[in-house]
Amino acid sequence: MVPLSYYLVLSGILFACGVAGFLIKRNIITIFMSIELMLNGVNLSFVAFAAHWHALAGQVFVFFVMVVAAAEAAVGLAIIIAVYRTRETLNVDQVNLLKL
Amino acid sequence: MTANLNLWLIPVLPLAGTAINGFLGKKSSRTAVSAVGLFFSGAAFLWALKVAWQASSIDLPYQEFLAHWIRSGAFSVDFAFYLDQLSLIMLLVVTGVGFLIHIYSVGYMWEDPSYYRFFTYLNLFMFFMLTLILANNYLQMFIGWEGVGLVSYLLVGFWFTKDSAASAGKKAFIVNRIGDFGFLIALFLIIQHFGSLNFTQVFDRVHPLAPETAGAGLLTAIALLLMVGAAGKSAQIPLYVWLPDAMEGPTPVSALIHAATMVTAGVYMVSRSHVIFERAPVALTVVAIIGTLTALFAATIGIVQTDIKKVLAYSTISQLGYMFMACGVGAFSAGIFHLMTHAFFKGLLFLAAGSVIHAVGGEQDMRKMGGLKSYIPWTFMTMGIATLAISGIPPFAGFWSKDEILWKAFSSEHGSWIYWLIGLITAFITSFYMFRLLFMTFWGDYRGAQGDDHGHDSHGSSHGHDGHGHGEPHESPMVMLVPLMILALLSVVGGLVGIGDRFDHFLSPVFGTGIAEAAGEAASKATEYILMGISVLVAVLGLLLAYFLYVSRPHLPQRIAASLNGFYETVLHKYYVDEIYAALFVKPLIEGSTQILWQGIDRKVIDDTINNAADGAKHVSDEVRHMQSGNLRSYAGWIAAGAACVIAWMLWLGMGLGAGK
Repeated sequence: MVPLSYYLVLSGILFACGVAGFLIKRNIITIFMSIELMLNGVNLSFVAFAAHWHALAGQVFVFFVMVVAAAEAAVGLAIIIAVYRTRETLNVDQVNLLKL
Repeated sequence: MTANLNLWLIPVLPLAGTAINGFLGKKSSRTAVSAVGLFFSGAAFLWALKVAWQASSIDLPYQEFLAHWIRSGAFSVDFAFYLDQLSLIMLLVVTGVGFLIHIYSVGYMWEDPSYYRFFTYLNLFMFFMLTLILANNYLQMFIGWEGVGLVSYLLVGFWFTKDSAASAGKKAFIVNRIGDFGFLIALFLIIQHFGSLNFTQVFDRVHPLAPETAGAGLLTAIALLLMVGAAGKSAQIPLYVWLPDAMEGPTPVSALIHAATMVTAGVYMVSRSHVIFERAPVALTVVAIIGTLTALFAATIGIVQTDIKKVLAYSTISQLGYMFMACGVGAFSAGIFHLMTHAFFKGLLFLAAGSVIHAVGGEQDMRKMGGLKSYIPWTFMTMGIATLAISGIPPFAGFWSKDEILWKAFSSEHGSWIYWLIGLITAFITSFYMFRLLFMTFWGDYRGAQGDDHGHDSHGSSHGHDGHGHGEPHESPMVMLVPLMILALLSVVGGLVGIGDRFDHFLSPVFGTGIAEAAGEAASKATEYILMGISVLVAVLGLLLAYFLYVSRPHLPQRIAASLNGFYETVLHKYYVDEIYAALFVKPLIEGSTQILWQGIDRKVIDDTINNAADGAKHVSDEVRHMQSGNLRSYAGWIAAGAACVIAWMLWLGMGLGAGK
């Protein structure tokens, strides 16, 4: 049996990768994917704990996260397409019309 | 006793007139405004007459409760009215003379654009003055006291577009405020020590106290502070300076407020508080000295004034000095007697002066008058009567009252021959300057400009007498002359009520019968007649001197003035009192306010605190706003860093707790 800590470390690494990608990347689609990575890192820790404690709540919660992530992907991708159509770029640094 | 006099109607009637004229007068015709103004003041007078008629058949003092006002523990003040012989006399004088002056104003102010405003104020004045007189406690009296001060301000500055009138109004108000401060402190002392402001209660509690002969105590302090208030309202040294300036107001105002009624409120208040004053000999002496000095001082200034109303103003101050002299020697009834006759003849003098000013088209300088007796005979005759009355020529009213005061000043236990002597000198000066006024105005040749030029337009344009070109002086309309004649009649016979101490006896329930009876011996009767003779002689001498200087040898006065150059200049500038006050009080106050309060505290402390706080916030924000870059990833970085910090802290906490366990 794989110990809990392995899952948690992997989860942490995935989350950290997500954060790093979010902070470093300029391409909006990459940033979006980083967010998904963070969500899945968290999902992994949820299921790991659920398995460890034999509690179903964690697994149910993962489904919720997945539903939200799917909705988010639908809305997010629509926004990205709209942004690309008006700005003709996917670089977030150039999407700065609201800046002072 | 059980009869209800409905005293409350007397002040409320003029108040109703004020309300009607104040709210509706602007759109009403002059006739309607005059009708309202005259009706309500006349109704007050008639009601006062009715009250006087009923009062003879009931027990005085009569009290009338209207409403509760202040209830605070054991201390309480009511809206209530008080009628005794003293307030009855004041009531009749104020409503009677006030009504006559209302009538006169119809003629005098007819062409003024703010006609309705004038009558609104006049009625309001009647309301406050009657509140003052009829109050049964000091606080209600104080309402009236402040109210007449307010109306005085409004009416002195009636022609407020003229700068001098506006500042004269302010001066009157501010100087009065100094006096009111003293009055207020006195009231606080009374509340603290006697627990009431009700006249009856206060005097009942003061009554058992022994006179403070040994030294100055509580009663002396209260009396002196009351005197400060009285000095402000009644224009005594050192607070008299506002009254001459107050002549900027319309002449009926000068007659009503600044001669006949309001300025006598101080005398009334001191007389009303006689129980306190009689137990404070030091304060009485101060009152007598202030009165005597004011009488002399103002009279000397009156000699050299050339503005007809200024002469009368100083004369008023001087006569008020007589009244305070009387109060100061304990002869309150003599003071009130003079107050009454003074209201007649000084009201008449002012109204007649107004008629003269009217006749010559707004001119007030006596040097530009002269020879008017053939142009305006009625004004001349009435003014002549008033002059005889004020100079103390028998049998006119002023003789009886002034002589009463001089005799009391001489014979009373608080009196002294010094008061008498100064009073006598003042009587001589009074007679001199009043006949000087009469001779300069009515004798000789008319020195005014003929035709359209009316000299300085002091208020010509304001009250509109300039509108029709004055070819030559003309008599005033009947509506102005009738009040003059009635007052002239009163100036002749008004003094007769004092013969044989009848006035004294009438007031004796109020003031007690101390001094008047003590001097009833035959020997002192002889002295009294001798002194009476002397004062008449002195008055006649004043008349003759004035005749000699201003009718027989009209060029002599200038030569005398020239030979006394320095002294003449000093008197002409009213002893430089205004200048001294300006240097001593006004200038330091303005400088202190400018340098310390405005530049120092207001700008350096208050403004700078706020400005610096705002500047600081602005600078800090300037720095902080760089954090808000608009760069989404930097925000995310901050969030990540924050989250990392929170996690680190929790880890550290967990380890710490773990270590603790």
